[in-house]
Amino acid sequence: MLVQLSHPHRQVEIKGPKRTKELLRELNLVMEAHLVIRGDELVTEDEMLADADQIEIRPVISGGA
Amino acid sequence: MNCTKCPTSTRAVIGLPRHNAAFCKACFTTFVHEQVARAIKAFKMFTPEDRILVAVSGGKDSLALWHILLALGYRADALYVNLGIGAYSEESHRKVRHYAETVAASHGAKLLVHVVEQEAGAGIRELATILHRPTCSTCGTIKRYQFNRAAVEQEYDVMATGHNLDDEAARLLGNVLHWQDEYLDKQSPTLPASVEGFAKKVKPLCRLSEREIAAYAVVNRIDYIVEECPMAKGSKMILYKEVLNRLETESPGTKQRFYWGFLDKQTTPAPATESMAEKDQRTLTPCTICGQPTTAGTCSYCKMMAKAKTAAQPRA
Ligand code: SF4
Ligand SMILES: [Zn+2]
Ligand SMILES: [Zn+2]
Repeated sequence: MLVQLSHPHRQVEIKGPKRTKELLRELNLVMEAHLVIRGDELVTEDEMLADADQIEIRPVISGGA
Repeated sequence: MNCTKCPTSTRAVIGLPRHNAAFCKACFTTFVHEQVARAIKAFKMFTPEDRILVAVSGGKDSLALWHILLALGYRADALYVNLGIGAYSEESHRKVRHYAETVAASHGAKLLVHVVEQEAGAGIRELATILHRPTCSTCGTIKRYQFNRAAVEQEYDVMATGHNLDDEAARLLGNVLHWQDEYLDKQSPTLPASVEGFAKKVKPLCRLSEREIAAYAVVNRIDYIVEECPMAKGSKMILYKEVLNRLETESPGTKQRFYWGFLDKQTTPAPATESMAEKDQRTLTPCTICGQPTTAGTCSYCKMMAKAKTAAQPRA
């Protein structure tokens, strides 16, 4: 599946099928700091993602003073 | 994962471990609205008659806040300060304008804009260089000043910012790590208009985590700027948030207990305290077996040893 990441903006290809939780773990990302979006819908951590899915992993942490 | 609230068990879009819940789109939106309504009530932020000025940046928190206040029927306009940080400012300005025109306008709400370059002659990065000050502190001073000025001059009753649970928990961690007691007072979700010329300031999103607010924006199709301000890179706040999120992952609810616990302590006056020595004198007596001080008749050491001996005895 094609996974789009931010900060910096990039795309990686990951082998499916795979649960959201496992995808994040593989990329070394914390659930609490990210949202996983399939197409334009949010998915939960136990959702099974397929090879054909378009995935966006969106960071939710913002910084600054 | 299914929604824990719907009787029909609709598919959930988000799991909330700290609440032992999972919600579908509709229930999640309701949950967010309720959390904000509770904060508004608990900290006496404003009433439906009040005119509210929301400080918007184009990011998820401030646009979600504006969206929620309008959805709850409040009278909320917004102010955007264009900082003049190249492509980031252009993009965030576009997002704010788009939201104002496509959503806020239909609620009769308007957008005010202040462009730093127009008044100061330069963007904040150039100003910071001229003034030999860090960009974020220059930025903070300008934003605070402009928001307060707009709120006071245009006679808004209160100014609302999009600070969330993560912002407040991270700031609290920073203040505690450095024992900056004088800043702790300013962490309340409602700051009164202490003197003439200071607007009342509130943080209605203080009960919601950053992730919950981003999810709300996605579910409600709020188009916000995902890119960060380039100046935020490597900031201490981000480090504190990462640390707190690791703790949160291990034990859900940590951030909430940390920040809400602090607020509770702040609002409930401390009872007349007994010193540690006084408490010991009142509660401790000699152990019936060894004589060392204990709150029970027999001390925990002696109890443990007695148990160990019984257990070790070979059965007859
Ligand atoms: S990161 Fe710094 S410069 Fe950028 S908006 Fe925040 S305070 Fe201003
Ligand atoms: Zn539901
Ligand atoms: Zn004893």
